[in-house]
Amino acid sequence: MIELSGVKKSFGAKTVLNGVELSVPRGESMVIIGGSGTGKSVLLKCILGLVAPDAGRITVDGAPAATSGPGREAFLDRFGMLFQGGALFDSLPVWQNVAFRLQRGPRKLPKDEARARALDKLRRVGLDRSAADLYPAELSGGMQKRVGLARAIAAEPEIIFFDEPTTGLDPIMAGVINDLIREIVTEMGATAMTITHDMTSVRAIADRVAMLEGGVIRWTGPIAEMDRTPDPYVQQFIHGRAEGPIATVR
Amino acid sequence: MSLLSPLARLGRATLGALAATGRLAAFAATGVSHIVRPPFYGREFGSALMQIGWFSLPVVGMTALFTGAALALQIYAGGQRFSAESVVPSITAIGMVRELGPVLGGLMVAARVASSIAAEVGTMKVTEQIDALTTLSTNPMKYLVAPRLLAATLAVPVLVAVGDSIGIFGGYIVGTTRLGFSPMTYLANTRAYLEPFDIVSGLIKGAAFGFLIALCGTYFGMASGRGAQGVGRATKSAVVTASVLILAANYLLTEMFFSG
Repeated sequence: MIELSGVKKSFGAKTVLNGVELSVPRGESMVIIGGSGTGKSVLLKCILGLVAPDAGRITVDGAPAATSGPGREAFLDRFGMLFQGGALFDSLPVWQNVAFRLQRGPRKLPKDEARARALDKLRRVGLDRSAADLYPAELSGGMQKRVGLARAIAAEPEIIFFDEPTTGLDPIMAGVINDLIREIVTEMGATAMTITHDMTSVRAIADRVAMLEGGVIRWTGPIAEMDRTPDPYVQQFIHGRAEGPIATVR
Repeated sequence: MSLLSPLARLGRATLGALAATGRLAAFAATGVSHIVRPPFYGREFGSALMQIGWFSLPVVGMTALFTGAALALQIYAGGQRFSAESVVPSITAIGMVRELGPVLGGLMVAARVASSIAAEVGTMKVTEQIDALTTLSTNPMKYLVAPRLLAATLAVPVLVAVGDSIGIFGGYIVGTTRLGFSPMTYLANTRAYLEPFDIVSGLIKGAAFGFLIALCGTYFGMASGRGAQGVGRATKSAVVTASVLILAANYLLTEMFFSG
């Protein structure tokens, strides 16, 4: 279970998170929705220790998130993350990107075994072995997302974060990625946190939904209740209305 | 109020410069601490050694060749004024190994390597590759910074040694073809006055400059701002700072080795 309590983060005068309270039960797929610039990515980065929160408490299975020190590596070993832009390492071929964690650290595998595991994960996300020796710059956006997904799941983590998994993809490829995420999370039994403003992704991926607005979680509940909630923030967001409590800049 | 504002600006600039120096020093200390603590990334070290050392050989070699040749001509022209043309071989050699080899070689490597490291690391920063490294349980200081610091500290002295030899050869070509020295006399004069410490001091300078080059490249890359503009600014800052630090370090080391 991931729990955030009173998490605050400001950048200069701009307050991004202003006391976030959120629980993500083990094995559940939580999707965080919210407009651009509302701090969704910052929230994930706070959990991973990539951004230090100004205040609040973050725990994973009751233990504080290890942001430094000797427990840091073991803490990060529990996570996999798909970055918005893929964040694939340009200097490494696809299979080495996927096997990155398997070729280093305490769980290091022999090269042949790491490659075999990478090929297996690439197959899982719909890429054949011909893609394995290409470099990231030679791939399309959709293929980069798939490789990023394969890398995120390569070490079979307990918790997977997806940062805007369908941004920049055409609707069909976005649907493919959404289905893959849903299938993989279900078959691995992983806890998943996805941030997105793509409502198709929300409906395909989520068990529960939380809406981040104004630096706090405005609403959270099961996906089945999202359409029925009277919360005006949620209603404005999911229906894409210009009029409503969420201020829009024109 | 307006009377004090220049002082306030000066104070702010001084504080800013001191803070930046402190950040760079802390970054250097962290980087060095990762060089000596496992895990070690041999592949990254090897790749950095090739990029910094092997691929810089042509530019360092060409710089040294023309510098040695021009130096011989200048020393000859100056020596003629008091009938001391015979010092050309020894002064060319001493000038190359003590000063021009390490400094010009260092500046050329700074232009080539500090810029490429800053651009590469900066691009990794803005495309979240450095965050990705962290989430894959890999410390970016250990994976990106430490191998480059070590590789540059070891590779630049070797480049300086090669550059010294080529620079002396440049002087030899000019001396024997344009200034009327016999090959045997030129080589004998070169050897006669060149002491081992002249060479060693240049190599120590090379190691220090190599460290500074990689330090500036990685520091400004890791501190890069967003977007293409941020990476461009990081690259420019890396080259400018590395060049100034090389010249400042050269003065300090020369003072340390040769004063008194």
